[in-house]
Amino acid sequence: MFDDLRDLYQEVILDHGRRPRNFRRLEDADRTARGDNPMCGDRLELFLKLAPDGSIAEAAFQGRGCAISTASASLMTETVTGKSAAQAHALSDQFRALAMTGSCPDCGEALSEEMERLQPLSGVHEFPSRVKCATLAWHTLNAALDGAKEASSE
Amino acid sequence: MSFDVARIRADFPILQRKIRGKPLVFLDSGASAQKPRQVIEAMVRCMEARYANVHRGAYFLSEAATEAYEAARAAVARFIHAGDPREVIFTGNSTAAINLVAHSWGRGVLQPGQAVLVSEMEHHANLVPWQMLRDEGRGIELRVARVTDAGELDLEDVAAKLTDGKVGLVAITHMSNVLGTVTPAERLVRMAHAAGAKILFDGSQAAVHRPIDMQALGADFYAFTGHKLYGPTGIGVLWARLEHQERMPPFMGGGDMISLVTLDRVEWAPPPAKFEAGTPPIVEAVGLHAAIDYVSAIGMPAIEAHERRLVDHAMRRLSDIEGLALLGHAQDRGGVFAFSLDKAHAHDLATLLDRAGIAVRAGRHCAEPLHARFGVEAGTVRASFGLYTTEGEVDYLAEALTKARAFFA
Repeated sequence: MFDDLRDLYQEVILDHGRRPRNFRRLEDADRTARGDNPMCGDRLELFLKLAPDGSIAEAAFQGRGCAISTASASLMTETVTGKSAAQAHALSDQFRALAMTGSCPDCGEALSEEMERLQPLSGVHEFPSRVKCATLAWHTLNAALDGAKEASSE
Repeated sequence: MSFDVARIRADFPILQRKIRGKPLVFLDSGASAQKPRQVIEAMVRCMEARYANVHRGAYFLSEAATEAYEAARAAVARFIHAGDPREVIFTGNSTAAINLVAHSWGRGVLQPGQAVLVSEMEHHANLVPWQMLRDEGRGIELRVARVTDAGELDLEDVAAKLTDGKVGLVAITHMSNVLGTVTPAERLVRMAHAAGAKILFDGSQAAVHRPIDMQALGADFYAFTGHKLYGPTGIGVLWARLEHQERMPPFMGGGDMISLVTLDRVEWAPPPAKFEAGTPPIVEAVGLHAAIDYVSAIGMPAIEAHERRLVDHAMRRLSDIEGLALLGHAQDRGGVFAFSLDKAHAHDLATLLDRAGIAVRAGRHCAEPLHARFGVEAGTVRASFGLYTTEGEVDYLAEALTKARAFFA
């Protein structure tokens, strides 16, 4: 009945959705931001610990959401760890292009390994009502990096 | 006319189409119902042959359109057993109807120090207008009656919140859009009136599922909408007693709601025109009239009986599904089921069901406080039935839910 949904719900997404990585509160976080998707009630809190050079030393999150938004947040915390703020912003832009269109022709080589890891979420572009589930964590990342407290995927 | 669901389904063109290669199983009628050919054709006929603005032109088409518009009002009055067609005010939808009462009666008649009593199971349409009234600093209090764990209105709590005599208006749903609970309307009317309060019902769901009778009910205001009743969007109804309409100041000013205007003074038109400023939803009124004729020909008691069978069937099928938690178990309920499934988030579930051709709503269904009350802030999936829903569709939903749970396990 649902075989054709394996493009959207690839095994890696189901796995990260069930057992999200870095799913915890960082008590000594340097940056935190909350992300809300008011339409569906998804909500997450993102915690970042920064290294002296301003790069992301550690990223973690808590919250509630569907498999897509949880998996996206989980994969995001893994891929942005060790990145500079500029690299994280660039990844965020590239990921949103991937989620909305299914590809990122202008992505270049610089972050190609990271984008490869995020590729399983590209299937979401065929489900317009679900794109926001995938991008919520990344909106929240931008807010945290910019020093804002809240992000919304609306 | 006996209830023949196959024949009824043949009246709804959209039910013939396929979604993602599968027959459409439309289980979101609680949000908005599909339209029978009879409604669609009546609206087309109106625009092709009988359309002009109403209440204005002294020419054939305007008179014909005015006649059709007022005939729709009379049809609504008959449908809800109103005492007088003038008790029927056309609005844009239920939300607009309730806002009309909140703005006009709430600001013009309700006094500082008085309270409005709603319940935890209100749709935002019957909550937010009263919160706005409370927050204006006019000294209007907002009280909220509790809902029991079974999803029924806590009548003891209603009684307790009425005892001090400060409640000027009870504004409560006649049927929950999430729990399916039908509230004990006659009893609530008696309780409200005994405490000196007026009572408004949000009948958006109830008016679709069972016969309603304004004279038997004895309420003060009753709101419902056309698009859930197999009619078009853009038209709703506020039924309001004439004595209340007389005391209510107009909500919006404009054309068609005045009897005299000079640059210095204005006299309001008599009810209900006083509340219908501007060009009204003429084609939509014609469509609503056709929808009322359609359900009336089938018979609201027959529709109610069909839905009761479906509700019983759905209760059995859904309770067989492992890990499924139904929100609310009211004794008296209609064809609306909100539930969560232990292995799957509501939105993932809705995406899967969509692939099977099943349209359901996922989220909090404009009732966030109610979801908080039941500890399901993440939302639920809601399946809601219409007169065209079949037992086979309920079975198909149950089968899909079982497979969806396995998919995410």
